[in-house]
Amino acid sequence: MDAQILTYIIVGATFALYIGIAIWSRAGSTKDFYVAGGGVGPIANGMATAADWMSAASFISMAGVIAFMGYDGSTYLMGWTGGYVLLALMLAPYLRKFGKFTVPDFIGDRYYSKTARGVAVFCALIVSFTYVAGQMRGVGVVFSRFLEVEINTGVYIGMVIVLFYAVLGGMKGITYTQVAQYCVLIFAFMVPAIFISIQLTGNPVPMLGMGDTLVNEPDVYLLDRIDGLSDELGFSKYTDGSKSMIDVIAITLALMVGTAGLPHVIVRFFTVKRVKDARKSAGFALLFIAILYITAPAVAVFSKVNLIETVSEKPYEEMPEWFTNWESLGLIGWVDKNGDGKIQYLGPDNNGGVAIDGKTPEFSEGVGRSGERIVTNPSENQNELYVDNDIMVMANPEIADLPNWVIALVAAGCLAAALSTAAGLLLVISSAVSHDLIKKMIKPDISEKGELIAARLSAVGAVVIAGYFGINPPGFVAAVVALAFGLAAASFFPAIVLGIFYKKMNKEGAVAGMLTGVLLMLFYMAKFKFDAFGGGGEADWWFGVSPEGFGSVAMVANFVVAIVVCQFTKETPQEVQDIVENIRIPSGAGEATGH
Amino acid sequence: MKNKDKNAVAYWKENVKYLFILLSIWFLVSYGAGILFKDFLNQFSLGGFKLGFWFAQQGSIYVFVILIFVYVRIMNKLDKKYGYDE
Repeated sequence: MDAQILTYIIVGATFALYIGIAIWSRAGSTKDFYVAGGGVGPIANGMATAADWMSAASFISMAGVIAFMGYDGSTYLMGWTGGYVLLALMLAPYLRKFGKFTVPDFIGDRYYSKTARGVAVFCALIVSFTYVAGQMRGVGVVFSRFLEVEINTGVYIGMVIVLFYAVLGGMKGITYTQVAQYCVLIFAFMVPAIFISIQLTGNPVPMLGMGDTLVNEPDVYLLDRIDGLSDELGFSKYTDGSKSMIDVIAITLALMVGTAGLPHVIVRFFTVKRVKDARKSAGFALLFIAILYITAPAVAVFSKVNLIETVSEKPYEEMPEWFTNWESLGLIGWVDKNGDGKIQYLGPDNNGGVAIDGKTPEFSEGVGRSGERIVTNPSENQNELYVDNDIMVMANPEIADLPNWVIALVAAGCLAAALSTAAGLLLVISSAVSHDLIKKMIKPDISEKGELIAARLSAVGAVVIAGYFGINPPGFVAAVVALAFGLAAASFFPAIVLGIFYKKMNKEGAVAGMLTGVLLMLFYMAKFKFDAFGGGGEADWWFGVSPEGFGSVAMVANFVVAIVVCQFTKETPQEVQDIVENIRIPSGAGEATGH
Repeated sequence: MKNKDKNAVAYWKENVKYLFILLSIWFLVSYGAGILFKDFLNQFSLGGFKLGFWFAQQGSIYVFVILIFVYVRIMNKLDKKYGYDE
């Protein structure tokens, strides 16, 4: 059957499933809406957390990014998994014991201060909005690539689906749809990976295939082949990378700590019954995430080898169909710089580099001598080929010549990844507004029913705003993901950890620390990403740390300022110290409440 | 100090001790083996993987998963020992 029709059928079937689950698990109370009634089992919660966590970027872009970064891509692999160890050991059990609905709830109560709560609400909103904009865009892009509709139409369809189950079901609806979405996305990621691993190495387990020998050259290891190819073409060795060690450490740390501080991840641990379930579900969450995260570097190597062997020094006219398909979508661009009709794909050590001037290729009407689309912004160096990172996963089934249903499955998987993350973020936004802002700060006497209506309305509002950003993406979408992690690392993580492990930490210290961390992070991003405050290049980075890794520096600043200020200000009241004593003991967690 | 409080303090101390041990392993496999000592470890190989590279892209993740489940076990035992399990 035609790939297009199959894609419609499979995507349609998964959407019907999600909506079915949403109707079955409607939320009847604020407790259902915020924490899924508080009775989610650890395995289901682990799956839901995994789907919530793995966004369109994890599913579509990560393997491609690693394919082009080689060893440097490890920062994402370790950073986005290692954070769960921090979460499981230092945050999840205690926050569950604390037993409230949201992260600002904890900050506000632990630091006995409306200011602290306000700062936390502000941070939660920025982090979640920056993140969700990218997700809605992702939904649109997937629709446009697989189903050939306009990106904007795709965003509208995504909005309607998310609206349906987030508004109707709240956390309860989201949790159970995410379980289904996890199954869809992991299946969709693994199937092509297994096929390609068998084709290249004969090993059906992709993570082992990555370290195996090649089918057509039984005494050459796959990784030695990719190192050899990289060397030959003038790229730095795949297994070596080119970032400085200090930056690799800083980025990894910022991503780990940022993960542990993201409100939409933390809030998942409020949904389980007991403290021990919170620990266990962090373990399951990481296990389910790890399945994708240890497969992604394998997919990266497979697709890089496939790509190089397909294109390097081969005439454009002999390119397979997928090459021209993606070229017509603008994700591949080729300029015949030396006029030989063949594709030269070269790295910086071989007079190559970035093939185009600017971020993406621009095309003019008409075709060149070999029939290629004409790129109007080629760069000076000898590299002729531009390849978008995302192709590595999306074109994999075509590159490896897999059946059409696999292509359809990958489309459904991309959508599951984007929708599940968007829904989780929207919930954080709506609860920050209805619970933390309206109930806790503006109108404390609001009824249960009123609060539920407010929660639903703010979910609607959040979907509309997220959709707006999806349709008119701010130019900084790529930069803001780093910003979201940096901000989470610089604001929440230190405040929560100190709140649990340092009984004497007081509100003055916590507020000063959070503000220092967030403002420092915003300043650094503005300076080095958006050229404000005089701008600057790589040579001006503080301690050689890139903006992506600066969250770790801002986090340290938060810790230091908080602890110093704490020594010179009033001591924490006894009843708050008693709360801290109490959350350190796992028993008697009871149920999460809003009061 | 009341007995109840003493119990809680002892529990917390033991908890922090295990935390420290587990987080040291967490640090060693990722920042240690995967980054700081990667070049040294790359002299050795594990099948087709250079060892440092393997830790950075696969090994550390396996260890992370194991660490959390070990923590779950340790804490369940500890909860029982101090009578906090439910």
